[in-house]
Amino acid sequence: MRLTFKSVGSEWYKHRLTFAAAMILLAFMILFGRLFYLQVVEGEEFRRLSQNNCIRLRGISPARGIISDCNGTILVDNRPSFNLSIIPRDAKPKAETLERLLQYVHIPEETIAAVIDGKNGTAAYNPVLLKKDMNRDELAAVEVHKFDLPGIVVDIQPKRHYISRHAAHLIGYLGEISPDELKSGKFPDSRSGDYVGKYGVEKAAEKYLKGKAGGKQVEVNATGQVVRTLLTVDPVSGDNVWLTIDIELQKKAEALMDGLVGALVAVRPDSGEILAMVSSPSFDQNGFVDGMSHGEWRDLVSNPFYPLQNKAVSGEYPPASTYKIVTAMAGLEEGVIDAHTTFFCPGYYQFGDRIFRCWRKGGHGTVNVQKALAVSCDVFFYQTGQRLGVDRLARYAEACGLGQPTGVALSHESSGLIPTSAWKKKRFGVSWQKGETLSIAIGQGYNLATPLQMAVLTAAVANGGTLYRPQIIRKRENALGEIVYECEKEVVRRLPVGSKTLEIIKKGLWDVVNSPRGTARLARIDGIDISGKTGTAQVFSRKNEDTSWKEITLDHLKPHAWFIAYGVRHLDQIAVSVIVEHGEHGSSTAAPIAREVIRAYFNQPSKAISSSLGR
Amino acid sequence: MMVDRRLIQHFDWGLLFLTLTICAIGLLALHSAVSADLDGAGRSFFFKQMIWYGAGFVAIGVVIVVDYRNIDRWSYIIYGGVIVMLIGVLVFGKIAGGSRRWLVLGPVTIQPSELAKLAVMIILARYFSRRVKPQGFSLWELAYPSMFVLLPFFLIVNQPDLGTGLTIILISGSMALFVKIERRTFIFLGMLGSIIMPIVWFFLKEYQQQRILTFLNPNRDPLGAGYHIIQSKIAIGSGMMLGKGFLKGTQNTLSFLPEQHTDFIFSVMAEEWGFIGASLTIFIFLAVIILGLNIAYRCKDPFGTILSFGVVALIFWQTFINLGMVMGLLPVVGMPLPLISYGGSSVLTIMICIGILMNVGMRQFPSD
Repeated sequence: MRLTFKSVGSEWYKHRLTFAAAMILLAFMILFGRLFYLQVVEGEEFRRLSQNNCIRLRGISPARGIISDCNGTILVDNRPSFNLSIIPRDAKPKAETLERLLQYVHIPEETIAAVIDGKNGTAAYNPVLLKKDMNRDELAAVEVHKFDLPGIVVDIQPKRHYISRHAAHLIGYLGEISPDELKSGKFPDSRSGDYVGKYGVEKAAEKYLKGKAGGKQVEVNATGQVVRTLLTVDPVSGDNVWLTIDIELQKKAEALMDGLVGALVAVRPDSGEILAMVSSPSFDQNGFVDGMSHGEWRDLVSNPFYPLQNKAVSGEYPPASTYKIVTAMAGLEEGVIDAHTTFFCPGYYQFGDRIFRCWRKGGHGTVNVQKALAVSCDVFFYQTGQRLGVDRLARYAEACGLGQPTGVALSHESSGLIPTSAWKKKRFGVSWQKGETLSIAIGQGYNLATPLQMAVLTAAVANGGTLYRPQIIRKRENALGEIVYECEKEVVRRLPVGSKTLEIIKKGLWDVVNSPRGTARLARIDGIDISGKTGTAQVFSRKNEDTSWKEITLDHLKPHAWFIAYGVRHLDQIAVSVIVEHGEHGSSTAAPIAREVIRAYFNQPSKAISSSLGR
Repeated sequence: MMVDRRLIQHFDWGLLFLTLTICAIGLLALHSAVSADLDGAGRSFFFKQMIWYGAGFVAIGVVIVVDYRNIDRWSYIIYGGVIVMLIGVLVFGKIAGGSRRWLVLGPVTIQPSELAKLAVMIILARYFSRRVKPQGFSLWELAYPSMFVLLPFFLIVNQPDLGTGLTIILISGSMALFVKIERRTFIFLGMLGSIIMPIVWFFLKEYQQQRILTFLNPNRDPLGAGYHIIQSKIAIGSGMMLGKGFLKGTQNTLSFLPEQHTDFIFSVMAEEWGFIGASLTIFIFLAVIILGLNIAYRCKDPFGTILSFGVVALIFWQTFINLGMVMGLLPVVGMPLPLISYGGSSVLTIMICIGILMNVGMRQFPSD
């Protein structure tokens, strides 16, 4: 193909080139025009902005959501903290300014030295923190002498304020975000130096409580003072969280547990909402916000009773006689016993060549399942357990929610332990001995449960057989007051039990409190229907089962005291589980505590009866 | 010997002079832009750019020697080579700044997407020059060359490099419009374009969408991309008439400007040299373009004419988009200012373009 004109002449091209040239000229006219506008028309304004004044970006921290109890009583809010910073580039002359500053505010030497040594470069425009949380005198002095202190900036940061010192474990606390957390990608909007929830609801609802940071473009003058704000992006406050707990009930429960080591959980059987959660001993969350001395921190972590641990969800204890509910359930449903089956308890039971004792030396005589629950006869349950075998017991225990986390929205929840023969083989390499089943049947041995698990189980028995997921957050409102979340009861599963069996068990539990030989007569309240079960968890295993129930004088060897209960008045119910470490007897130590909590619950004038959720 | 003298006679000295001037301006601007951190990184940019200028002039020398009509013969080879390089980038390219655009060949790092602009331009010039007619091209006739455009376009947009991809589309579109499109095809494509725009919107990455939205309203994002546009305008505007003086630009030295040695280098110049210096620079670019158009005007064969026009289109679009962007008229896209922004592959590409213009201009003898 020849590179010559075929169908168009050179004039045609020239024509089009001329048109193209005109378009290009037009485009350049636009560019010149714009340049003229920026440099000549608005030049003065831009010059002013660039030379004498500078534009800076300042972040605005969002207000963290407020935490209240179920009735709206505020438990945690924010207070302003005044932080002092220096912008090295603006603080000329640096050394003199710092000296003047030290007249008004105390600042540690190392901080001052670091600023003086600091490099002068582009980073010199970023503020360097000198002191956090100035007190009022310091703040007043700095503000008054502002003009003598170029480059010194006071900035308000919201700080967490734990008003009520109660429910510390449930509410949790904040801490500075760690490098690992930043890297993990779970905190996309956070930067180094931000405070994030580290424990409890503060952590569980971090995403919602945090809100969204805003910022502003400010114009600052030669000394770094903000002259005017150019543009603002408002921060979005975090959602406010309403917990399910009732603060009055919580206070009462904590007062009852004061001085003791242990936990208490109160829950609504019809919905799974937690009304109170206590772990004793507790701690002051404000220490995490205001800063603790080295000594204070050391005391907290080396305290042998572990105040930082939430025993309600992390503490694992042998359920002891409270477990007999499971054994009874399993025995009746599997048909190895029925309502009329009786065993004779002489105070001991011989299995193979070993003697298993009942807690009552003289024995209970002939008992059926209902009576056995009421008086907590070990022998009855040894025999029932033996007929069931450990694996069947384990199946029922797990169906009752034991041996697995309840799924409550708190971190560090323990699963407890429900042994099976396979488990033992895997763990110890040794087969299961039939005799061990007997200990399991009365809740000793390898069995472990948390107070929360027992409370949820008690609630399920109370409500007729439904295990609900424990709820800790009742609702969330955004900054505008709109409800963005309301909790709904969530069924985890139904208890592995028919209504007839449940009736029998409930009768037995009622007898525990109300019949003459019941082990928890101390828990009675006039006018309120209370049923429950005591438990005494051994702390160490006896060398031989022959040792009788001697008085143990060493406190740390005394057994733990359990009591689980539910109270009913008219249509309203509450379920409670209490454990007192080394409390010795469930009946005398734990039961009265549960009783008072139940009494307080029903006597409350402002109790919201209508707040059963999502029928 | 006779041919040599005629070549020298018709050599476009004006274009050479303008090119040297731009390079000089470029070095001054770059020196100022990197003066803020003259520790290591800054220095190396300056010297590297000088070396690229040198290589560019060598390239011009090479390009001039061979008659441009031979480029027509090698157009497919050039195109194929560039496509291979683009695929190479996707497979084992170097990643920097969130995208994969470079090929490392020993001590040299090149950006094939820059060369792709040349390759597409040459292929289109070849195709169009053989089939020009007065009524213009129909849709069908445009479909075939479109494939040559779309292949590198998609390879480049996947790097991701939307800016360069856009440039290729603009150059191709300009060349097609230049050789005329049938009226009804033109209308049809116009309508197609307006339907495709919203679809393209969905394919854009989040940050690219943000850029366009921020451009339409910089106040929308005063803390992010809007901040950079505002800073650039301040830098330019604060130059006023006479500028703040060489190396005295405060916006520049305080590092308010991002990418000040590449995309935003004009802002540095405008701050320091004022309206006088900045408009002079823009004028020099305009002059280069006019000279290029003049070469196309004088050219007697379709291939040369269309090829020169393509070069002019490339230089025009890059200049217009970069200047428009830093002055706040267009959204922020990665677009180097020809010969002044730092970047070896870009410098080389523009120099080759200049070389092509000179090549065409030199060989328009009255006797042919």
